[in-house]
Amino acid sequence: MTLTADSFKTGYLPTWCPGCGDFGIWMALKNALVELGIGPDDALLVYGIGCHGNMYSWMRTYAVEGLHGRTLPVAQGAKLANHTVPVIAIAGDGDCLGEGGNHFIHAAKRNPDITVLIHDNQVYGLTTGQASPTAKDKLKTKSTPEGVVDTPVNPLTLAIVSGATFVARAFAGDLPGLTKLIVAAVKHKGFSVLDILQPCVTFDHVHTYQWYRPRLYQLDPATYQPSDRMKAIEKALEWGDKIPVGVLYQEEAPTSEDREPALSAGALASRPLGVTDVDALLSEFR
Amino acid sequence: MAHSITWKIGGEAGFGIMASGTMLAKAFARHGYFVFTLNEYPSLIRGGHNAVTVRIATEPFDSLDRSLHVLVALNKESVEVHKKELTEGTVLLYDPNDYPWKREELPSGVMLIPLPFREIVQKHAGDVIMRNTVALGASIAIMGAPFEYLADVIRDQFVRKGEAVVNHNIDIARAGYDAAGESVVSLSALKLDPVDQPTDYLLMNGSEAVGLGAVRAGLKFAAIYPMTPINALITFLADHAKSLGVVYKQPEDEIAGINMAIGASIAGVRSMVATSGGGFALMVEGLSLAGMIEVPLVIDMGMRVGPATGMPTWTEQGELGFLIHAGHGEFARIILTPADATQAYDLTIKAFNLAEQFHVPVFVLTDKYLNESQWCVEASLLKGEVHIDRGKVIPEARGPSETGFKRYDLSSPDGVSARSFPGMKGGQYMANSYEHDETGLVSEDAAMRKAMVDRRLRKIDAIKKVIMPPAVYGNAASETAIVTWGSTLGPVLEAVKDSARIIHFPWLYPFPSEQTKTLLSGAGRIIDVEQNATGQLASLIREHTGIEVTEKVLKYDGRPFLPEEIVERIKI
Repeated sequence: MTLTADSFKTGYLPTWCPGCGDFGIWMALKNALVELGIGPDDALLVYGIGCHGNMYSWMRTYAVEGLHGRTLPVAQGAKLANHTVPVIAIAGDGDCLGEGGNHFIHAAKRNPDITVLIHDNQVYGLTTGQASPTAKDKLKTKSTPEGVVDTPVNPLTLAIVSGATFVARAFAGDLPGLTKLIVAAVKHKGFSVLDILQPCVTFDHVHTYQWYRPRLYQLDPATYQPSDRMKAIEKALEWGDKIPVGVLYQEEAPTSEDREPALSAGALASRPLGVTDVDALLSEFR
Repeated sequence: MAHSITWKIGGEAGFGIMASGTMLAKAFARHGYFVFTLNEYPSLIRGGHNAVTVRIATEPFDSLDRSLHVLVALNKESVEVHKKELTEGTVLLYDPNDYPWKREELPSGVMLIPLPFREIVQKHAGDVIMRNTVALGASIAIMGAPFEYLADVIRDQFVRKGEAVVNHNIDIARAGYDAAGESVVSLSALKLDPVDQPTDYLLMNGSEAVGLGAVRAGLKFAAIYPMTPINALITFLADHAKSLGVVYKQPEDEIAGINMAIGASIAGVRSMVATSGGGFALMVEGLSLAGMIEVPLVIDMGMRVGPATGMPTWTEQGELGFLIHAGHGEFARIILTPADATQAYDLTIKAFNLAEQFHVPVFVLTDKYLNESQWCVEASLLKGEVHIDRGKVIPEARGPSETGFKRYDLSSPDGVSARSFPGMKGGQYMANSYEHDETGLVSEDAAMRKAMVDRRLRKIDAIKKVIMPPAVYGNAASETAIVTWGSTLGPVLEAVKDSARIIHFPWLYPFPSEQTKTLLSGAGRIIDVEQNATGQLASLIREHTGIEVTEKVLKYDGRPFLPEEIVERIKI
């Protein structure tokens, strides 16, 4: 059977609001997996809880729909157990940067070969519209009627300083661009963070498709080198009239799996169980 | 001559107190003596009072008792703290330069052996920290053992640091041995009898026994955040990760730990976490996830004194109720409660098999006393073949899936349906924390919800068929029955082995109701002995059998039971 975007059908239809940015991310992800030759049996997708996480219902792959905030620990455990299987985390901004903020920092510093797609829409959609950790521009929400007062979390700078080796920003309204970035993120060997700007058409009436489109500009690979960490941080801080999209930072570094001597003989999941030399193991207790 | 000697060393943390206990115990265990060590220390690294007690005997025993034959005091405080444990005939080894103890300052009959630890160390150009080595040499002399018993252990302890360090330590120990030898010729009461037919003993703490059981059972992944009293398990796994092909990962917190272990289990390897009460509190949500998506998971829960930070380095059995009820929603779990290191090894292996047979979280419920005490284990018990049962798993060779695989097949009679692992062709499913259908897709349908709950809970009936019944020790015909669990078995056996029907629970959940009723029948008195303030085992027995245990011997001061206090409080 040829692998197409339809290979991932579950029989369920999306329940997202019409116009939701999640549609774009879902379609780009399917296209990227087809391009990468990854079918429903071939990869593990780990979802958080939130509107983004509901994607698993219409996306047939091996999947874990776990607990709110805990996508990255589950993804890392699975990766270390069988590093031959691609692992992609589908996370929300509240999921990944609020409830799971600590996990995000520590995943980045370990550099596992995992891709995380952050659905960054600045609100909690599934709980009907409170501010997320990335809410910006004094956004008025159900939990911030006077506008957000806290400084927003910047997923990109946080990822860069924490040790992520592939950090990019994408836009849910740009299907070809997003597909390309997902492919690049999955291909990158290491922790790939893709912050996807995603309009919430129901609860955020500021950051709409129309708001984003004139502000976004593509980083030009001819003039922008993603290997400079300090420049990348500078780029990641740009927000307002001009918002950069593309790969901000990329470096080659040993992954979490590379650093585990136990994995050099192959995936843990395919290794025999138990201890061969019991006497040697017991000798330290004499 | 003596058949059992209890020796204690006390001093400031950082003075090698713990290592001294281990070395002395090994010196005798290698020659077939049965030994046990207990450490007592406050929650800090330098300063503060540390003590290790070692009991050495020619025959197996079940716990320490109040006897103290030798106290080695590396500072004045050690005598002050343990003064009330000294009795007629106890030898006090101390440095007169710390404090010149006089007979009248101590209980009557205590034999004072002043040994200038510091001067001896200085004479041999040693560091002040090597005073414990002098004390070990002197102790071996007092017990009438050949110096080579100790020299062998010192050699193995320092071999990695080179021949010079080995010899330096042996010289200093020898100096202690000789110095004590001059003054203790007459102390024949403390000379240990020889062991006729030496058993091949190993010395390990409970955490190491859990670790050994885990790796022999095929553990491949552990994510454990450091916490007393399970830190020795981390050391064991991290030290052997490379040679055994195991990944030990230190997570950022216990929440990450349990979720990593769940991820590894989903990916197809045997995985575990370990923690204490406070860390487990953070894992509770993950436990519920494991229950819902039915991942095999082993949790080593080492109890210490709570609530909150409590007394982190002291022992308690306060978390039984917590474990039974932990996690939102209703799901199956198994709780195993080993009594000692041998059982910790056996039950850890069993835990991995049970987890994969029933796709449930399995607890190995231990405590500080079990985890950090060092136990004598017969080597032959750890060498045998280990039976590994991975439960139901789909065969590898299948074509690519066109629809989801029924990982949660409702038709399974025992509620357990085959697992598949990511990457296996034809095995695609979703491990879904939402209620789901047979392939893992979300479902809020009333009939599906009920069918899934019924299927998941059917596993409890299946588990009950393989339940480990309580073990009976002592006098099975006695009308006085004592119920106890976990590591409290040792002191109970030591106290009333000959005079009571001792019923010990190595498996507490699902509760062995019928077996317990049978074992308690005909008992005139039932006494609950456990290390907590509310009698949690007694509550469980009442809940599951209707039998009310009114007599309770409870202890919750952080110190393990001594057999004498059990005898005094039970009054058989």
